[in-house]
Amino acid sequence: MTNNLTKDQIEGLAEHLENAELKAFEVTKITDDYPDMTYKDAFDIQWEIRRRKEARGTKIVGMKMGLTSWAKMAQMGVEHPCYGFLADYFTVPDGGEVKFDELIHPKIEAEIAFVTKKPLKGPGVTIADALAATDFVLPAVEVIDSRYKDFKFDLKSVIADNSSSTRFITGGQMVRPEEIDMKNFGVVMEINGEVVATGAGAAVLGHPAASVAMLANMMGERGEEVPAGTFIMTGGITAAVQINKGDNFAVRYQGLGTITGRFV
Amino acid sequence: MNQDQILQAGDELYEAMVSRTTIKPFTERFDDITIEDAYHISLRMIERRVQAGERIIGKKIGVTSKAVQNMLGVYQPDFGFLTDKMAYSQGQEMPISEQLIQPKAEGEIAFVMKKDIIGPGLTNADILAATDFVIPCFEVVDSRIEDWKIKIQDTVADNASCGLFVLGDTAVDPRKVDLATCGMVVEKNGSIISTGAGAAALGSPVNCVTWLANTLGQFGIPLKAGEVILSGSLVPLEPVQAGDFMSVSIGGIGSASVRFV
Repeated sequence: MTNNLTKDQIEGLAEHLENAELKAFEVTKITDDYPDMTYKDAFDIQWEIRRRKEARGTKIVGMKMGLTSWAKMAQMGVEHPCYGFLADYFTVPDGGEVKFDELIHPKIEAEIAFVTKKPLKGPGVTIADALAATDFVLPAVEVIDSRYKDFKFDLKSVIADNSSSTRFITGGQMVRPEEIDMKNFGVVMEINGEVVATGAGAAVLGHPAASVAMLANMMGERGEEVPAGTFIMTGGITAAVQINKGDNFAVRYQGLGTITGRFV
Repeated sequence: MNQDQILQAGDELYEAMVSRTTIKPFTERFDDITIEDAYHISLRMIERRVQAGERIIGKKIGVTSKAVQNMLGVYQPDFGFLTDKMAYSQGQEMPISEQLIQPKAEGEIAFVMKKDIIGPGLTNADILAATDFVIPCFEVVDSRIEDWKIKIQDTVADNASCGLFVLGDTAVDPRKVDLATCGMVVEKNGSIISTGAGAAALGSPVNCVTWLANTLGQFGIPLKAGEVILSGSLVPLEPVQAGDFMSVSIGGIGSASVRFV
């Protein structure tokens, strides 16, 4: 785990990418200008964005995993998913409004979220550890919005861009992890009343709890733990679907209710 | 098409199936072939199968996913007939290399009826009330048309591209499962290749069966007690060959697996 970027470069890129997020403009992927940057550099940029937000009083309210489908990873030629953080102003209430003009080219994904009751610290965290540390699971819809032009990026660029995190909605029915067949449970995404995507839990690394374990292991590489009480979105069960201003969405989760919202 | 052409087309499909050869699409040979002509061709093909000793045990519904509807440019499903010779049991080897031409597998929910019901005018409530149980299913579709170059009339004529099917061994009361949101996971040779949920077929597998019952009702054909109804794929079609092993699991319903030889 080495750096090829200097501290100044990392801070500069963090400011550049955070501005793109806050002001909703597109940028070119940063590996175009810094082809030698490492994964460590990419995560350092993400953690610097997080530090900048916290320094302004923004609270970090959870974590998310991205690129969690085997198909997507194979397509991008990577072996690992990526993670990002969730800031307090990312939350949108169930049935609420997402302000489209604050975003660039948003897409939505149906996910299942975990809330932990015990800390998890990698390396060596297994699916069993992740399930044992889970207080409950509940449905979530993630709005992703890459700051990169046309959603075109590589893994390092997307990690630096906080894994395209931008907004999320959670709600519906919470259940204990032993009360749900997380591998086979299904989701149905509708936009403007039309079914646009369906999927089942296994789309997330074979089992959504594997995503939680992987988050703990990846954060463990930096010496960070996932504290008790962390809200974790485990990654898209459905493909990410483009959504436009004026659209409404409803996502139905087998046995866990429905999440709705609209883009205004 | 005239009656002679229809009979001849049905015979041609039956012989292609028996000899495991493909034929040119009818839509390339008959400019004026209608979907109604195509159903008459399919009836001739199934008549030949019955004459050869097969028994009709149910129906299948096809063209239920948006992806397939877009590909064919038609926005309604189609149907075909199931015979006893197509049915395989959980754990049994399926001899696709002896029986099929260009097989593809798809995961579905099958309905088994407990009473006779005839459309038109049936609602989802009628269908659910007439359903004995639902059961996991792999349908292995096949096309007697060269390279699957099908238009809607070709697949309808070819018994909705029906091949073989395998049912799982868990029968679940339809009252105990949300058929629109139940998830499906399909694995091939140990890898997860696709996932979906009930709503991938016309918004709900129940909608598919209701459509079938109402459509058949226009021709005076009922869904009968004990019949198996394959309600349509919830995932993309997957080409298969001898040596492949596939399994499907459906949230709240169960699983089915099949070994292809």
